[in-house]
Amino acid sequence: MMVNDQLGDISYLGFQAALAGYIAALVCFGIEFASSRGSTPTAAEAVSLRLRAESRSRTAVIDRKVGAVDEPDARIGQIAKPQRAVRPPMGALFGRAGLIVLTIGFAAQLFSIVTRGMAAGRAPWGNMYEFTSMLCAAAVAGSLVVLYRTRSDSLGFFVMIPVVILMFVGGTKLYVQVESLVPALHSYWLLIHVLAVSLSTGVLMVAGVASVMYLLRARYERRLLAEKAWAGESGSELVPAADTGSHGFTPQSSVAATSRLASLPSLAALDRVAYRATIVAFPVYTFAVIAGAMWAEVAWGRYWGWDPKETCAFVSWVIYAAYLHARATAGWRGSKAAWISVLGFVSVLFNLFVINLVVSGLHSYAGLN
Amino acid sequence: MVTRDATHLSGGLPADGGDSGSPVEPPFRQGRLGRAVAFLRNTWRQLTSMRTALVLLFLLALASLPGALLPQWSLNTSKTAQYIVDHGSWGLLLNRLGFFQVFGSPWYAAIYLLLFASLIGCLLPRTWDFVGQIRMKPVNTPRNLARLPHHASVGAVGSLDAIADRTTAGLRHWRFERRTETGGVITISAEKGFLREVGNLVFHFSLLGLLVAIAIGKLFGFEGSLIINAGDGAGSAFCSVSPVAYDNFRPGLLVDGTDLDPFCVDVDKFKASYTETGQASSFVAAIRYQSGAQLNSDNWSSTNLEVNDPLRIQGQRLYLLGHGYSPVFTVTYPGGQTQTGTAPFQPQDANFTSQGTVKFTDPPGYVGAQVRTHQLAIVGLFAPSAMIHGGIMTSTFPAAQTPGVAVQVYRGNLGMETGAAQSIFDIDTDQVANGQLVKLNRANLAPGESMTLDDGTRIAFTGYKEWVSLQTSYDPAQGWALVFAVSLLVGLMSSLIIKRRRVWFRIGIDQSAAQRAGAAADPRPVGGDGRVSGLTRTVASEDRVQVEVGGLARTDQAGYGDEFSKLVALVHDGTPS
Repeated sequence: MMVNDQLGDISYLGFQAALAGYIAALVCFGIEFASSRGSTPTAAEAVSLRLRAESRSRTAVIDRKVGAVDEPDARIGQIAKPQRAVRPPMGALFGRAGLIVLTIGFAAQLFSIVTRGMAAGRAPWGNMYEFTSMLCAAAVAGSLVVLYRTRSDSLGFFVMIPVVILMFVGGTKLYVQVESLVPALHSYWLLIHVLAVSLSTGVLMVAGVASVMYLLRARYERRLLAEKAWAGESGSELVPAADTGSHGFTPQSSVAATSRLASLPSLAALDRVAYRATIVAFPVYTFAVIAGAMWAEVAWGRYWGWDPKETCAFVSWVIYAAYLHARATAGWRGSKAAWISVLGFVSVLFNLFVINLVVSGLHSYAGLN
Repeated sequence: MVTRDATHLSGGLPADGGDSGSPVEPPFRQGRLGRAVAFLRNTWRQLTSMRTALVLLFLLALASLPGALLPQWSLNTSKTAQYIVDHGSWGLLLNRLGFFQVFGSPWYAAIYLLLFASLIGCLLPRTWDFVGQIRMKPVNTPRNLARLPHHASVGAVGSLDAIADRTTAGLRHWRFERRTETGGVITISAEKGFLREVGNLVFHFSLLGLLVAIAIGKLFGFEGSLIINAGDGAGSAFCSVSPVAYDNFRPGLLVDGTDLDPFCVDVDKFKASYTETGQASSFVAAIRYQSGAQLNSDNWSSTNLEVNDPLRIQGQRLYLLGHGYSPVFTVTYPGGQTQTGTAPFQPQDANFTSQGTVKFTDPPGYVGAQVRTHQLAIVGLFAPSAMIHGGIMTSTFPAAQTPGVAVQVYRGNLGMETGAAQSIFDIDTDQVANGQLVKLNRANLAPGESMTLDDGTRIAFTGYKEWVSLQTSYDPAQGWALVFAVSLLVGLMSSLIIKRRRVWFRIGIDQSAAQRAGAAADPRPVGGDGRVSGLTRTVASEDRVQVEVGGLARTDQAGYGDEFSKLVALVHDGTPS
């Protein structure tokens, strides 16, 4: 089959545009995340906002009220200034911009994948560069769904970190020119098996990131609780803050006011994102493993042979099965389950990179030799 | 038994009586048998708890890892042997502990057998519970529906029965039960999503089925591999009459090789195509085969065997797994007799620089002990597109464009009678070391070129053949494995997607509305028109109905909200909106 190098170059331009868009989105979400204190909270962020409000001195709240009362609405003989349009704070603007460039980058990546397929005249997921691109596209698609649904832009920031890293590695170290495939990959199973693997891995990445955020948030809340308890013991909480007036050291504010983690979505929201992503991706992943076994029966003479790739896929499958069970077991919910989800994703990445590039086996098609 | 899993044993009494007994009472002593039974029961409970299952799952994942990271005997014998040699006593220790045969090791078997025992111990009571649940009617309506996660209170107009009929008509695909409480209040309890538990059970039973199918495959299946030169003619056909016919045969534990369902196969032609850069683009082997009634006749079927496209004969599958080159040498002995020999050479790189040995074990014109001093071995490299650089021959392209060999000739006793197995790709170097095999000429030859040994024997490189490696596989249970894999997937999906949820309706006369309406109507007629107030009173006393709705999702509350509001709307229009 003839390959079209010119179209391949156009596809790579699309890939670079996507990477640029993702980097821009990462920066935008990063700025939004860094400046998110004081911005309009999502429903999920309201919890942490309330916690912070509690920790602030009471005067701040009173000030706002006083100011509102003193506001001269319209005095006689004075031209009332037109009310300034309510402008969303800087951070929220960046969040919105991040969402837009992320969407544009995603479109560019879809374009890149389609043109790559046209250039090669086959399914555009036949080597590690193409697989990484598909994986990132799936992760971005998954996070776009989450972002448009929940508006928790901090998730965008955290998802874009691994996506940008993977895209960068894929576009430089793993990149290969458009080429036809070795006979071992001439099969419609390539279409089915690798598509299912890449899509499920991408969505599992969203789950893994949500679980990492869950663990960060859980740690933050533990510290918050610990300091609150400490403050309760020392009695400083009982002294009316309005009397002191000074911005003295108040223990919870040291965490709540300084930690960016306060703007993460609530634990319940993060747990739900991780769980939802997993129950979408896990059956697809299971299907991918079964399809892989059916392909192995056609290609290698047995449906399962404990090839390193197969073994590692099995390990990941078992870990995700453990995650789903842990979420339904008393004493294993919450942080423990989140750790298992993170472990599952680490095993998936391990399977993708270490097994393909370091361990030799039947799946050594990386095309990097 | 300090730890006990809440999900599985919640509500269960401590097995040994626990600490409920007061210290004054004499401690209750169980008999020896009772203690043994209690111990077994506790062990069983511990094993079947979800906590243990989780730990076993982790152990399974952990124990599988060396199978991926260390070389395995079953995958690559030479690499494993080399690894053990390279790692000295550590290698030997790991080998003894089964780390190079993880999936056949006792500790791995122990983990998955315990896991499956735990699974069965969990599944059986769950299945039994589930059967009980299906037979039960939906539970009574709770007294206070406002305390449920989903709650709504709506007014409606009409008779209680009509509203209840309307609501139940909309509850298609729900199991529901209509009851009447005191005071004529009608309640409807409905539940849905039993398929979740069905899917859950199907998933786990499919795992068991899959394990059995795999085990049957390991017991009764076999694999055999062979190498055939393409285009050798009819006499070279391979027939799978016994395991000996194969170059390598890996039988299942209960296969003795007597009942193989024989078939014959011969390779007429092999064609490998390459791109300009030397990347393979296709492999096709044109083969002839016969099986069943065709055997012992001249009736052959023809087909093309390709990668990813095996031939299926009577439950056995024939695969094209690899290919390579067999250089052909013609030896002309001093007596004038000629002999032609060929042997498959093993590819060493992507361009098919191949290494091997052609052995001439019965030189013509020699008898008795002389045979063992005149055996010949031609050892060396074959390159389909030969290039000599720095005295070393390598191949620059995988297709045979300018074939060449770089060989070393040995003469003497090849040591074939020692009884020890010999590699077909190499000679027994011990024979060289002890002087029985003498190193002679060395030469680089193109097709047609020859070299002459000291005794006048002429060795000509006459050409090459292409060999293909084929594999026969037989697994009687793989169809079942597929069936269980599919049911596993279906079960998994329904157990993850379907949600168990309940909804209750309590349909009764709205007392407060009746009072309010009565209070509003009695003292002063609304708008001075008696007809309006009279109407109000009629509606209030007979038809103003209050419907309390409560909803509960068993597993994941999120996502039930939308459906719940649709259920609430049933009260008004009786059709799901």
